[in-house]
Amino acid sequence: MTEILAYAGARYNYWVYIALMLVGFYTMIAHRNLLKKVIGMNVFQTAIILFFLSTSAKLGGTLPIVPSQVTKDGVAAAGLMNPLPHALMLTAIVVMVATLGVALALLVRIFRRYRTFDEDVILDRL
Amino acid sequence: MLSDHLPPFLAVVPLLGALLAPLLGAVRPRLVHPLAVAAGAATAGLSLLALREVLARGVIRYHLGGWAPPWGIELVLDPLSAFTAVAVSGVGALALLYAGPAAAGREGREAPFFGLALLLLAGLMGMIVAGDLFNLFVFLEVASIAGYALVATGGGRALVAAFRYLILGTVGASLYLLGVGHLYLMTGSLNMADLAQRVPELASPRVLAVAVGFVVIGLGIKMGLFPLHGWLPDAYTHAPPAVAALIAPITTKAAAYALARILFSVLGGAEGLGRAPLLTVLAWAGGVAIVAGGVMAIRQTDLRRLLAYSSVSQMGYIALGIGLANPAALAGAFLHILNHAMMKGCLFFAAGAAAARLGGPALTDLRGMHRRMPWTTACVVVAALSMIGVPPAGGFFSKWYLLVGAVQGGQPVLAGVILAGGLLAVVYMFRVLEHACLVPRDEDEHAGSDPALERREAPPGMLVPLLALGVGILAVGIWNAPIVSGVLGFTAR
Amino acid sequence: MIQEHDSVIVRTVVRALVPFIQLFALYVVFHGHYSPGGGFQGGVILAATYILIALALGRAELDRRVREGVVLLLSAVGVLIFTLAGVLGPLRGAALLDYAVLPVPGVAGPPVRGLGILVIEIGVAFGVAGALTVIFCRLAKAGEGEEEDSA
Repeated sequence: MTEILAYAGARYNYWVYIALMLVGFYTMIAHRNLLKKVIGMNVFQTAIILFFLSTSAKLGGTLPIVPSQVTKDGVAAAGLMNPLPHALMLTAIVVMVATLGVALALLVRIFRRYRTFDEDVILDRL
Repeated sequence: MLSDHLPPFLAVVPLLGALLAPLLGAVRPRLVHPLAVAAGAATAGLSLLALREVLARGVIRYHLGGWAPPWGIELVLDPLSAFTAVAVSGVGALALLYAGPAAAGREGREAPFFGLALLLLAGLMGMIVAGDLFNLFVFLEVASIAGYALVATGGGRALVAAFRYLILGTVGASLYLLGVGHLYLMTGSLNMADLAQRVPELASPRVLAVAVGFVVIGLGIKMGLFPLHGWLPDAYTHAPPAVAALIAPITTKAAAYALARILFSVLGGAEGLGRAPLLTVLAWAGGVAIVAGGVMAIRQTDLRRLLAYSSVSQMGYIALGIGLANPAALAGAFLHILNHAMMKGCLFFAAGAAAARLGGPALTDLRGMHRRMPWTTACVVVAALSMIGVPPAGGFFSKWYLLVGAVQGGQPVLAGVILAGGLLAVVYMFRVLEHACLVPRDEDEHAGSDPALERREAPPGMLVPLLALGVGILAVGIWNAPIVSGVLGFTAR
Repeated sequence: MIQEHDSVIVRTVVRALVPFIQLFALYVVFHGHYSPGGGFQGGVILAATYILIALALGRAELDRRVREGVVLLLSAVGVLIFTLAGVLGPLRGAALLDYAVLPVPGVAGPPVRGLGILVIEIGVAFGVAGALTVIFCRLAKAGEGEEEDSA
């Protein structure tokens, strides 16, 4: 039992991202306000981005920038943080922002049409 | 020289078209539709060229930016992806032709519409040629975001449908990303070919199962697999006819292709690592989808909603084929990708034409179609025969291969489900045909006038793609043997 | 219409800070291939300065400084730079987006790739900054419209 707790405790970054994901997911499901659903979606995506980024960190790692003088001796890659997840997550953040833009534009149109953000009222009026 | 650069240009050509469309729309709005049709036709032509190249030379691997994999992004064209590319770009180009002034009906808004439509096509083509899991995610989202915006152009109820599609689609893509992240964590690579080598050596099957589970659910949402299909009926029903004709035949197919690619090419070596239960679940989910989609389609009174639930049912066939995982079933699934793209395209084109000429989306509005729009009705009949599975229409052959696969896989229940699906298709397609061909329109009964006076066929912009698809369905049916053996490479994967 | 902010402190500080933030945005763009940063990040910061102007100094001030059409055109130019840089590869026989073939005068070998990425990042920065500014302007304008959609 204790080893399971130790195992789970050592990987606390997973608990953080699971908690964030569930917060986002709950917001998407439980709140009636459409804007809050969009915020929940945003939190959900941010949690996934956080998960990716947390995997790139290393204990005692330094920034993954190689000064030009080092090229003769080679690069000690084990001491550098992994830059690939950061680059991937940049793209994921762009995707997140684009989705958010489309969602907000949709919400503006929905508000102009139905005069409310409450999903129950909108479903009644459909 | 061009043939060396085919893989990225399949996605770059529609992308360039999408970038040019707003520029052209600012100076000469009437040229935007021809530009879009040209871009679509060019993409389809390039896909056919790619298919020919791949069949002659073997798998084409393209290193983007000159960086070799696994560090660089790789684009892969093999017979399966070239085949899917032809299916998607062909139907997409016809849908772009269809979405002309006759169907679109919006003055001054062609530029954003065609820009989005070409972005959708570019995203789907990118998904098909991607050799890299993260690249697939990016193109998946490009296509999806364009899809959300396109559905929202309908106004009114389409806005709510588009919102639901957005939320569910984003959840799906995020789950896919999560799965890819787990795979990257375990193996350190995102390249599909590289992963295929590293996955069998993994120590922990449980993490792999979780990762693949996320990926399957994410792509299942995008694919419209029951029970993850919640966005599909509303989106297909309320989108404007031109948009439904564009997104219904092709977006779900590209996601299904991505699912098959990941399950078989990337995880192909992972036989013992828990892939089998997942495939069984997928096959049974497909079976349930066939029945549930068919039953729900029977109850509908709106033609587009009927077609939407029918799409859910047909995607079930494809999922069933992927889940059975033997060569015959996979051949059936991929042939069904082509067939369903053509059948659903044909039916949605006809629905839009009927709405334009006969008014209204309800089934009862189709009455008298056989007298007023005979060519359109002929195409609907061909598509309906293909949906039911009557030779020589193409649908029969894809269902035949699926049936063979189910029997070979030792799943008699699923074989029964395939047959039951055919029966359900008979019922709901007959409802459509009944109204289109048999029941006369109210005014016809009373007037009894000369039929030639009333004949108002669909406008040529709509009719040409319709006829092309109708002929295509028959052609695929007649030549299905060379397609399956030559293109799909009826080999074990 | 977004009005200018009530507090004179906010207005003055924003007026003073915006040029520095924009300079920082340019710094982020130009150092993207060498340190944290890059096209998207710099473009976002640049767009954020315009949004800051709108929020603190009022929409009228923003309209005085940027014209939506010009910004949209800049965004399109940015994307065009990216596309041209990418397509230059196949035209010279190399792969798509291969930066090594960019015709930079006086430089050859690996540094060409670094400068090629810089060209792409500049294109991305234009594209992103333009797009986000236009999105903000359109959303703000749409929110003011009081008429209901007829559809």
